[in-house]
Amino acid sequence: MSATEQRGMLDLLGGFVGQLREAGLPVSLTENLDAMEAVRHIPIEDREAFKYALAASLIKNQAHWRTFETIFEVYFSLRGPEYALDRDGEATEGDLDELWREMQDASQSGDGRGGAGSLDALTPEEIAHLLMQSLMQGDQALMRALARQAVQRFAGMEPGRPVGGTYYLYRTLRNLDLDGMLDKMMEAAAQQSVAPSTTLEQRLEREEFEHRIAEFKAEVEAEIRRRLVADRGAEAMAKTLRKPLPEDVEFMHASRDEMQSLRKALQPLTRKLAARLARKRKHQRRGPLDFRSTVRHSLSYGGVPAEPKFKFPRPAKPELMVVADISGSVAAFARFTLMLVYAISGQFSKVRSFVFIDGIDEVTDYFKSTEDITEAIHRVNTEADVVWVDGHSDYGHAFEVFWERYGKDVGPKTTVLLLGDARNNYHASQAWVVKEMAGVARHVYWLNPEPRSYWNTGDSIVGEYGRHTDGVYECRNLRQLESFVEKLA
Amino acid sequence: MTSEQVQRFESVQMVRDGLRDLDYLADDGIAGVAYLADRLGKPVLVEGPAGTGKTQLAKSIAELTGARLVRLQCYEGLDESKALFEWNYKKQLLRIQADRGSDSWTELHDDIFSDEFLLTRPLLEAITADDPVVLLIDEVDRVEVETEALLLEILSDYQVSIPELGTIEAKQIPLVFLTSNNTRELSEALKRRCLYLHVDYPSMEREREIVLAKVPDITENLADQIARVVRSIRSMDLKKAPSVSETLDWARTLMLLNIETIDEEIAKETLHILLKYQTDIAKAAKELSVDE
Repeated sequence: MSATEQRGMLDLLGGFVGQLREAGLPVSLTENLDAMEAVRHIPIEDREAFKYALAASLIKNQAHWRTFETIFEVYFSLRGPEYALDRDGEATEGDLDELWREMQDASQSGDGRGGAGSLDALTPEEIAHLLMQSLMQGDQALMRALARQAVQRFAGMEPGRPVGGTYYLYRTLRNLDLDGMLDKMMEAAAQQSVAPSTTLEQRLEREEFEHRIAEFKAEVEAEIRRRLVADRGAEAMAKTLRKPLPEDVEFMHASRDEMQSLRKALQPLTRKLAARLARKRKHQRRGPLDFRSTVRHSLSYGGVPAEPKFKFPRPAKPELMVVADISGSVAAFARFTLMLVYAISGQFSKVRSFVFIDGIDEVTDYFKSTEDITEAIHRVNTEADVVWVDGHSDYGHAFEVFWERYGKDVGPKTTVLLLGDARNNYHASQAWVVKEMAGVARHVYWLNPEPRSYWNTGDSIVGEYGRHTDGVYECRNLRQLESFVEKLA
Repeated sequence: MTSEQVQRFESVQMVRDGLRDLDYLADDGIAGVAYLADRLGKPVLVEGPAGTGKTQLAKSIAELTGARLVRLQCYEGLDESKALFEWNYKKQLLRIQADRGSDSWTELHDDIFSDEFLLTRPLLEAITADDPVVLLIDEVDRVEVETEALLLEILSDYQVSIPELGTIEAKQIPLVFLTSNNTRELSEALKRRCLYLHVDYPSMEREREIVLAKVPDITENLADQIARVVRSIRSMDLKKAPSVSETLDWARTLMLLNIETIDEEIAKETLHILLKYQTDIAKAAKELSVDE
């Protein structure tokens, strides 16, 4: 690599790292230097290897991979080898050439239909038919060519139009009717096979087809992205395609997929929480004499055991009580809360969980008796006796009953976590319960899923309760939950 | 770094082919990062679910480079006397007793804090070895955050500081692999010093090849079916998805039972090899037999 080329490469990389940082990925200076060193050994022409080399040195958390990949695809898309010489208008021509070449390859390696002619000349029905065939045979090259053709034909992309990629994706996929495609493929497969297939075989086949359709969708998406980048430039696109990192996804508005990944991320966090709460107690008391260590240290005094060493006692597991609001106003958060409670109960030997709306009920056993979290949540939602009058949150009454029934179990070793938005529907607050609780318990913390600016507006009385606790924390995403756990130390 | 850098691999392709010969099927990411680790002289942090071949990667790389594998198994409560070095205090005591009265104190002091009385533990051993070694620090997420700091010096500078002896530098830069099951977030300081590699469950195609490579005499047809069923099971919402090693166990079992094609009954009867929780088994059995 010549000196100028190398400088160009470094500039390019600098811009890329800038994009990553803007998307919120933490890239340190050393990591940046590593990446620069890495690209000296891996040629950019080997795109996959190049991507992995950058990822290995820049991304240290699997949850960030998708963000990284999107930015990589956008940022390095125009600079791929096939675009190396293209400027503006020429880009499309190169595109067509390649399409043509790929298509010819495809028809040769395909089912021998040979001379299918230009893809451009096909009717939509023929395209659909071709697509079905390529999906059934798993013909990658043809699938790619068809994805390009589909985008060109159906997406209706116009230069400079300020529309996001999802709009084009929707338009393309609507024309292809992929959902119907799956059923048709299953039907065709059933016709082709000689013996009637078992349910297991059918299931496997369906999954294989679903997998291929997903691949095709990804290909269409990539194609749209390529064209958008060509139109608007990488920097602008990187901004619009940016999605929040997993730790910034708000609990209240998380989608199913996001909830899934949140659940995975919770596990290590609760372990940390357990460690934090346990460690505080570790240094309070000394354990029995550690003979090995004492003798080892005696050498500093010529073999005289002048300085006795002690073993640390095994850290005692802390007691935890979680009291969570599961009413409608925090429904999405409540689901997350229950996942958190479930994860926590795996870490602490003595954890008791309570849920309330306007009545309160203990749900510890629901989590203990089953290993399946969805079942536990289902049982909590259907069996727990949390409605007292009308099923609208009444923190005051719930706390009062809690204190009456379970108050005696709160002791100086207990940490109490209160979870909810403190929207009390203008009922009596009964804040004295929290005050008395804080007097007895080791710590009382309040986690609020609402943005801080909403606190104490309307019927939210979090301040009234919060006064008595050891701290009220805004807890809208994983990052905030994590910083809460950090603060415990 | 003072020691001369040895280049073990010529190209990414070479790493991949070499590993393939050892029946370790690496994907682009794995081979690329292993190659890069050699070129940059940096440790590799391998993360991923249990049973996806993280430890095996280090073993295979060691075999490929003809190096000795030095392994440090991490656990809660690991300290420097188990990981780095320890003074052989019994021997030191004997030495003091034997010499009582004869030597001057300074001489004796210099004497008992010398190489002879030093017990090397895995980390120091990897650094001081004359022959090529691959250092494997297994399940690094099991040690406490504070203990992680022990590793930092060796990972960034390939040296160990012993208060009584001074700093011991590596004679050669070993390939270092750290594995983690991601049970907790590792510290920034540790991550910054490493290249990061995430090893996930393999794609269906790769899993089929792994089965073909690892289970002798298995038919392509059966291997294909196994890979498909396992993918199907992994897509369910389970407490613990089947790992690659469990897939292999399952394949071997099916071979022993002389089974050529998998049907529902066989799948259900042998599910306990793939899944280890009763709730998971019940769930998978139910889902496999239910029509769409």
